[in-house]
Amino acid sequence: MSSRELTLTEALLSRKLGRAPAPGDHVVVDVDLVYMHDGTFPLALEVLRRLDMEKVFDPRRIILFIDHAAPAPNLAAAIAHRIMREFSRKHGVKLYDVGAGISHQVVIDEGLIEPGNVIAGADSHTVTLGALTTLATGFGSTDAALAMATGKTWLRVPEQVKVSIEGEPSWWVMGKDIALALLGELGSDGAVYSSLEFQGSAIPYISMDSRITISNMSVEAGAKYGLFPLDGLAKAWYKSRGISTEPLEPGSKATYSDEIVMEASRLEPMIAAPPSPDNVTSVAEYEGVEVDQVFIGSCTNGRLEDFHAAARVLKRHSVKQGVRCIAVPASRRIYMRLLREGIIEALAGAGCVVAHSTCGPCIGAHLGLLAEGEVAISTNNRNMPGRMGHRSARIYLANPATAAAAAVKGRIVDPRELLPLGSRLMDPVEVQMA
Amino acid sequence: MTLRVKGRAWVLGDGVSTDHIISGKFKYQKARLEDMLPYLLYDVISDFYKRVRPGDVIVAGKGFGYGSSREHAARLLKMAGVGAVVAVSVHRIFYRNAVNVGLPVVVSTKIPPITREGDTILVDLVEGIVVNESKNIREEIQSLHPLIVDIIKAGGIEEYILKHGGPPWQFRSSFSK
Repeated sequence: MSSRELTLTEALLSRKLGRAPAPGDHVVVDVDLVYMHDGTFPLALEVLRRLDMEKVFDPRRIILFIDHAAPAPNLAAAIAHRIMREFSRKHGVKLYDVGAGISHQVVIDEGLIEPGNVIAGADSHTVTLGALTTLATGFGSTDAALAMATGKTWLRVPEQVKVSIEGEPSWWVMGKDIALALLGELGSDGAVYSSLEFQGSAIPYISMDSRITISNMSVEAGAKYGLFPLDGLAKAWYKSRGISTEPLEPGSKATYSDEIVMEASRLEPMIAAPPSPDNVTSVAEYEGVEVDQVFIGSCTNGRLEDFHAAARVLKRHSVKQGVRCIAVPASRRIYMRLLREGIIEALAGAGCVVAHSTCGPCIGAHLGLLAEGEVAISTNNRNMPGRMGHRSARIYLANPATAAAAAVKGRIVDPRELLPLGSRLMDPVEVQMA
Repeated sequence: MTLRVKGRAWVLGDGVSTDHIISGKFKYQKARLEDMLPYLLYDVISDFYKRVRPGDVIVAGKGFGYGSSREHAARLLKMAGVGAVVAVSVHRIFYRNAVNVGLPVVVSTKIPPITREGDTILVDLVEGIVVNESKNIREEIQSLHPLIVDIIKAGGIEEYILKHGGPPWQFRSSFSK
């Protein structure tokens, strides 16, 4: 095709376009999947109705999710949900209703993607799906609406940044620690409009659940894509869902606009302090900060591995009196699997509120808003002032084991104090079905 | 129509997120965009929606529009009368949303650091310049892609579609300069 060696991003885009594009090109692409949720769909429908374009290019390639404020905590949400149910019936579009789960996680659970798919999700965390080598990124309502109606969108071909994650991560390291460390390095605008390509000797050690966390948070640095390679683990994942894959590798001499190297073997448990997710340091810096609320869940850390890690702490210790600990699996499938494994019982027994799947707490929509001056430690992705309630509330972001340890102690502590020694927090690198 | 904007500067710092612009918790309490207007930049500038004048310019630091894909952020800024955003760097979803609603957003490294509240700012997409007239300092801005200029010129992608009978990609498959 081209004598120039291609990056993974370029290889995926050139398959789609039939030619190798260059960064900065503006191209029109066919979209493989468009999805929206109760936070973004109503506005999209308004736009299409104003334009007399209320249609779907292919009902099999559109999905609606009621996940953001679900079940409806107020009338505004109830109205949005009704509009979505009506649209779904009218156009034969699949709708995942309340409790099914957070969009990105349901797409993963149900195996609704293939490598190289162009995915337009009306949610900034659509980058999550880059863990499975897809060109998935977030769009606003209007862009998603037009993609839904026409099957196409325009893209600016991004610059590509090689992110080399090196070494064997220590037993306490989870994807969240890698994501936070990377974000601390890049800053909140360090990857604006770029495609991050994760490579390096640490990749074979990073479980799929942790990869999903890392891709998920790449948007906090502004990345357009957060791509993991289609390696043995990713191929096995696809195979387990009955999806065939073709070999796909970046050229060894492909050129990148920038390269970042991270030593995963040296990572301590990490934390992002207020007021932004890039304000990252080791947990040790904030030891002793008292917490009012703990949230374990979200599209960032609401998977099996995350609750396995939290349960390592909470099976042996209880939530401290006066602390609220809210645990929310990212999908019903994950919830059911955790039920079968006895993890839900362990969490509830330790004093957690275990809720149905929703984005609620992460965005301050429902299920545990923070009052003035309160402090939370949370496994979600953002901690800007006001994110989870009052603007003076402070939110610390960390992995689920660190969050669980804070729930037990009532203050931020190094999770290694409460974890059984030596067993990896990342699930084994094999394919798990929720 | 919106290619040339002149107005007073509202100065904001780095990392102004879409949560700062319109918090998710308000978004899920109000069904109509107009009803969210009082919460625009709620925790950042008190009563912004009442004090902003048509054509005023937001001048911000790094990473403007970070975070959620909520298009309400760009729409509410426009609805309140903001004429343009000038920032050191801009997050991509917000940028696309702003283009789609016809709100000019330009990247400038020189103007934000020297701009003070109330300075007169000119953003001219035809000339490709942003000027702080109060300080008499100007900067050439990276020329916008013709696709983007066309959409902003129409007043947003809805207006573009109403005028041309379809989105830009209905007429062209590539947009090389």
